[in-house]
Amino acid sequence: MKRASLVLTLALAAGLSTQAVTAQTLKTVKDRGMLSCGVSQGLPGFSSPDDKGNWTGLDVDVCRAIAAAIFNDPTKIKFVPLSAKDRFTALQSGEIDVLSRNTTWTLSRDTTLGANFTGVTYYDGQGFLVKKSLKVNSALELNSASVCVQTGTTTEQNLADYFKGNNMKYEVIAFGSNDEAVKAYESGRCDVFTTDVSGLYADRLKLANPADHAVLPEVISKEPLGPMVRHGDDQWFDLVKWVLFAMVDAEELGVTQKNVDDMVKSDKPELKRAFGTDGNLGEQLGLTKDWVIRIVKAVGNYGEAFDRNVGAGSKLGIARGLNQLWNKGGIQYAPPIR
Amino acid sequence: MSIEPRKPPLQFAIKLQRVLGGQAGWGGFVLQILFVAGLAWISYEIVSNASENLKAQRITAGFGFLANTAGFDVSQNLIPYTGSDTYTRVFFVGLLNTLLVSVIGIFFATVIGFLVALGRLSPNWLLARISGGYVELIRNLPLLFQILFWYLAVLAALSNPRQSISLFGAFFLNNRGLVIPKPIGEPGFEPFVVAVLIAIVAAIVLWRYARRQLFQSGKVIKVWPYALGLMTGLPLVSALIFGAPVIFEIPELKGFNFSGGSPIRPEFVALTLALSTYTAAFIAEIVRAGILAVHKGQMEAGSSLGLQRGSVLRLIVIPQALRIILPPLTNQYLNLTKNSSLAVAIGYPDLVSVFAGTALSQTGQAIEIIGITMGVYLLISMVTSAIMSFYGWRLGRSLGG
Repeated sequence: MKRASLVLTLALAAGLSTQAVTAQTLKTVKDRGMLSCGVSQGLPGFSSPDDKGNWTGLDVDVCRAIAAAIFNDPTKIKFVPLSAKDRFTALQSGEIDVLSRNTTWTLSRDTTLGANFTGVTYYDGQGFLVKKSLKVNSALELNSASVCVQTGTTTEQNLADYFKGNNMKYEVIAFGSNDEAVKAYESGRCDVFTTDVSGLYADRLKLANPADHAVLPEVISKEPLGPMVRHGDDQWFDLVKWVLFAMVDAEELGVTQKNVDDMVKSDKPELKRAFGTDGNLGEQLGLTKDWVIRIVKAVGNYGEAFDRNVGAGSKLGIARGLNQLWNKGGIQYAPPIR
Repeated sequence: MSIEPRKPPLQFAIKLQRVLGGQAGWGGFVLQILFVAGLAWISYEIVSNASENLKAQRITAGFGFLANTAGFDVSQNLIPYTGSDTYTRVFFVGLLNTLLVSVIGIFFATVIGFLVALGRLSPNWLLARISGGYVELIRNLPLLFQILFWYLAVLAALSNPRQSISLFGAFFLNNRGLVIPKPIGEPGFEPFVVAVLIAIVAAIVLWRYARRQLFQSGKVIKVWPYALGLMTGLPLVSALIFGAPVIFEIPELKGFNFSGGSPIRPEFVALTLALSTYTAAFIAEIVRAGILAVHKGQMEAGSSLGLQRGSVLRLIVIPQALRIILPPLTNQYLNLTKNSSLAVAIGYPDLVSVFAGTALSQTGQAIEIIGITMGVYLLISMVTSAIMSFYGWRLGRSLGG
């Protein structure tokens, strides 16, 4: 971990000091024939390898959609697993083309890292996981507790703010990786494990007896998670941004992996624009006319990807909640494809 | 005819020439100047190019972040620290935690290392085998594995705080660590410390006096009863006059954890244990090599003077062995300090964990923070080396070598 960050930092320093900034990510990706995508080191539902080594998850599907839009092949991806603290350095140094790794959009990250957030794949918030045997029903009852966290995330600051704001004392034990923090929580070193609520549901599955642990009702922060790209390449920024928008718009238009072939024949003007049978919107992004068809065929629309990875159709079983479409009671909203 | 002594300035010039130019004389000196200038130019180019590119990508650079509020908490801090302090303070909190674990680790590694080495050289069959087994077992297992073993297999197996193992109702051992009574200074604290210091100085003076007497007239004076009397008597008198130096705050179970008292956390214990036992295995071999390198005749000569084995080792063999031991021993001390950065795996808040970890990812200023951290480890290592060199130099002088 430490060595990885050192290598990345050296790569960053070397890259920055020897070459001028190249701003042609799409060309680089096409020449390479492969998208390099930064993901987590294993967070079920968002990005984790299965027993055959295939990466799956919501964040992974965003990368697959980008690869599908460019190459018409969602497998032309090199996944780079990154720890929380190495992720930005990997993006800055050019090691990865896009960071799709449950990363919270904050002002300081958007401005100081030389990178941009392209949208929100998942509206999340920080919560607490406790053992049911402690008989705690609210986070406000956690005074004097020991809390395990993963270092290098927004989590540590939210935690400090929350306990300070509620005049409670606590002891924080910060670990280098998420798995180490979960393991220490399970061994009894801490009373509480804290991270984003989606992560709590995912990590609970890794515990020996998931039913013995409960997620407390309090959500103590806003954690809009989204992909990131480097500054200085607006074409690539637009492309990554619109791939996600296309997934959300596809759901809104009722286009699914199953019905996409039938829908292409539709006469509806909005569908014709999206599918490229009318106009050349895809080419304006540097892609092909049928880019939306490629994306939906590869990973489905946003709702399908959500259900398959974190929602009702997955082991996590998280409700859509805030991530429902804007016209169905949530806040997922994408600008129109026109 | 008298020979003119060489003038000092001339000699100085030759010396300077030798130092700067080596055997090549002034020509070599010019080459060296050119080489250094070239290096300086390359580093300048790298730095300026990097900072330009950082600016072009609008990545924040520079050290201004050190004055910003950190906003996160650290469990173990030797200096007062809260989330509203700056990143500079976080840096010092992390640095002190690294130094704490290094100094304590070095102390125990040295003690255990020497004992195991002596055990391995002992004529006692069992002791020698056990010591040998220790060295082979410990030095052949990866350090990270040993740290995790102590942390996850040994210390985590203790009971939870509500079922703590209690000693005298004041010490509590559980899977959150050992909670001990916390001493709180009272008005009698300062006189007490002064009394202890006076007692120590007096004991040292007494010991030196006894030593001089021994060398000059062969008179043996037993120092330790007087020293013991001084060390206990003076502070006791001070406590009687000025009142108790400290009162102890007894830890109490409140909510999830003990409140009051000082906790010794399992992260610290596991890391210190693993670092000192691991490094001790290497130190044991170094010490053994050093002792074996002293000629057998020295041992026999000591024995023939009628000295006991312990005295021969202490007075004759070890002082000579130390000169051989010192350089590789310094290496082990440096290794231990650097290995302490494995702390992040078990959540001990050392420099790498809090500064090159949390602070780095919050500010995103990887180049600056990794640079500072590397510089600090370099500094710690160089200071350690300097101390050991000084000790070696003194040792060499006292042996007349």
